[in-house]
Amino acid sequence: MSRIVYFIIAYAFWLLLTLSVDWQHLVTGAVVCGLTTMIFGKISISRARKLFQPQRYFWMVLYVLVLLWECLKANFDVAYRVLHPAMPIRPGIVKARSSLKTDVARTCLANSITMTPGTLTVDMNGEGDLYIHWINVKDDDAQHATQMIVKRFERILKRVFE
Amino acid sequence: MNDYIGLGVIFIGILFDLFGCIGLVRLPDVYNRLQAATKCVSLGTCGIMFGIFLMEGFSGLGVKALVAIPLIFVTAPTAAHALARGAHIAGVRLWRKSVCDEYEEEKKQVGRGKPFI
Repeated sequence: MSRIVYFIIAYAFWLLLTLSVDWQHLVTGAVVCGLTTMIFGKISISRARKLFQPQRYFWMVLYVLVLLWECLKANFDVAYRVLHPAMPIRPGIVKARSSLKTDVARTCLANSITMTPGTLTVDMNGEGDLYIHWINVKDDDAQHATQMIVKRFERILKRVFE
Repeated sequence: MNDYIGLGVIFIGILFDLFGCIGLVRLPDVYNRLQAATKCVSLGTCGIMFGIFLMEGFSGLGVKALVAIPLIFVTAPTAAHALARGAHIAGVRLWRKSVCDEYEEEKKQVGRGKPFI
């Protein structure tokens, strides 16, 4: 089941890249996508039925919009810190706890944290503790740091992936 | 018309790329530099790609540029994470004016030098 979904995604990606319906392209794409599915199909999607629940896509769109907005803010934040003559930075690595369970959701959370203003994920351990490099530490306390960094995306990602 | 909007978007993208490069030079240590490099350079490059898409429309080149945007958005934070973790495990210190390093404390508890995951 998960292999079929994987093949469809890979083939759609191939069609986007070539953007033609010439039969040679179609056959080459089918062969290559079949090969990659055979090799990587086992490790791709673990719970394929979640792909057919439409409300997840709505939250996904919302997540992408929020991510883009945060990314824009992050850029102006970095530009301000870099161009300011005194460089107002106060860096440090803090620990934050997330309550997400699945691997995909945690990966997305870590990537989103890297894209948000002033934070960069350094590492994560098995219990969901994230180590985050913060360019302007406002609060050393782990509880508060979690609130400020993680909660923004956690609510949406929970609805998308769990 | 689309050409001019595309050129404008490309210009903004290059501007953000420039900010990222200035940050790479000015900021003090690896981790702070990675911050500038991931945020500014990823959005700047995405801006250039989107400008190309606006100028070319739905042709082969434009769609390829559009497809590259999500790929950059996924791979840039992943690469930054890998670099930061590798640097910390290899023993690169934080800047001397840094406030706290809870990752180092955690590593000391588990045993020096070994990755603790």
